[in-house]
Amino acid sequence: MVELKRTPLYEEHKGAKAKLIDFGGWEMPVQYAGVIEEHHAVRKNAGLFDTSHMGEIDVRGKDALAYVQMLITNDASILHDGKILYSPMCYPTGGIVDDLLVYRYDLEHFFIVVNASNTDKDYSWMLEQVGDFEVSVDNVSDQYVQLALQGPLAETILQRLTKVDLSKLVYYTFTHGEVDGVPCLISRTGYTGEDGFEIYPSPEFGRQLWQKILEVGATDGVQPIGLGARDTLRFEARLPLYGHELGREITPLEAGIGFFVKFNKVDFIGKDALQAQKEQGVPRKLVGLEMVGRGIARAHYPLQKDGKDIGFVTSGSYSPTLNKNIALGLIPTELAVQGEVIDVLIREKPVQAKIIPTLFYKRGK
Amino acid sequence: MNPVELKYNKDHEYARVSGNTVTLGITDHAQESLGDVVFVELPDDGTTVTVGKSYGTVESVKAVSDITASISGKVVEVNTLVLDSPDLLNSDPYGEGWLIKVEADDLSPLETMMTVAEYEAFVAEEEH
Repeated sequence: MVELKRTPLYEEHKGAKAKLIDFGGWEMPVQYAGVIEEHHAVRKNAGLFDTSHMGEIDVRGKDALAYVQMLITNDASILHDGKILYSPMCYPTGGIVDDLLVYRYDLEHFFIVVNASNTDKDYSWMLEQVGDFEVSVDNVSDQYVQLALQGPLAETILQRLTKVDLSKLVYYTFTHGEVDGVPCLISRTGYTGEDGFEIYPSPEFGRQLWQKILEVGATDGVQPIGLGARDTLRFEARLPLYGHELGREITPLEAGIGFFVKFNKVDFIGKDALQAQKEQGVPRKLVGLEMVGRGIARAHYPLQKDGKDIGFVTSGSYSPTLNKNIALGLIPTELAVQGEVIDVLIREKPVQAKIIPTLFYKRGK
Repeated sequence: MNPVELKYNKDHEYARVSGNTVTLGITDHAQESLGDVVFVELPDDGTTVTVGKSYGTVESVKAVSDITASISGKVVEVNTLVLDSPDLLNSDPYGEGWLIKVEADDLSPLETMMTVAEYEAFVAEEEH
């Protein structure tokens, strides 16, 4: 058996009696107090996540921007220093290698955050694409702990620990500053549909910050949050997850993230295939589903219409915020009609579900 | 906290015997392992269940589990309360969170089930 990797916060999770699971080769907390309680804590107050398993890749050099532009489908030329961009990274076929956050330090230095289980694959892929570009590409994942503090009270709580004026740190920007005296990269980003921050200290300060944030946020109801609630939170906010909504056989246009494919920028990997798909008509579409019959649609369950397979569920769950059973599914575009009823095959039995808008939850301003 | 009068199986399910009627449910350890239960599917009244065969499903936010009959017979009562409030399996697995009552064809399969002491030893072993 392959030994599971652990983040520098492992002992904290164990001490908190978290339930630990194998997540893409990492021994990670799936829940502490319970998925539903943790989910509500983030929507209502704030929650702290250990996301240190995420990968970080540094791109440096004279051609850094040109290289990044070639790798990703979104347009990195619009970034300024301290700004962050979300983007798919595609194969020449238009299928997705991964989805990324691209942080611009300056024109010759980009910091790219990738999905934990894709880190090695992404790093190899990025190295293969270097060619004649004058860049160095380094997997620096081991050099960071990543903590996510998410929820409406995230700013209030984090502000107690830093002199950085967080009210000035707008969504999808980052800065460097001290949190509890520890130098960190602080970015206003997240994966929950709530306001919040992702904080990157060196590994040796991970436990100190974890403890400190829980301590100063205790009166505001901050709780440690496991991967279980991380998934239900991101799912309600229609934030795609690699291996579910995104994958080698799914294009960004199909996955509903076509907004992040910019055809009017310089050439990028996958452009021709995606352009062709756009011109010929995107064959599949990601739809929202609300169960009409009793049951929970789960990832990979078949979707049917009139007894014929038409697609599959990409993610599905009980939604704690809506108190309903909902799902995301990939079906032929011509069948993706709001209000239409299709079937989810649950343990061989067709159960009715209605097609609804995919954005299940949007936070109030 | 596991009631002494019940019989237990290795799938963390219990059977409560009263005359010829057997009440089936999942154990405290089962609900603890599953986490928040959000969906329960049970057979209809009057259908039959077969020992060792699945008769329904219990789903938590993250997991789907089959539930297995410890006895064969006719379903004489279904706990409709848990269909609307699946969280009763978490809060009261041995009380309000029971699942179905079966009129047993034959009580002998219960003899192979564990006593509370045996079950607790089994759980401890499994956790190890």
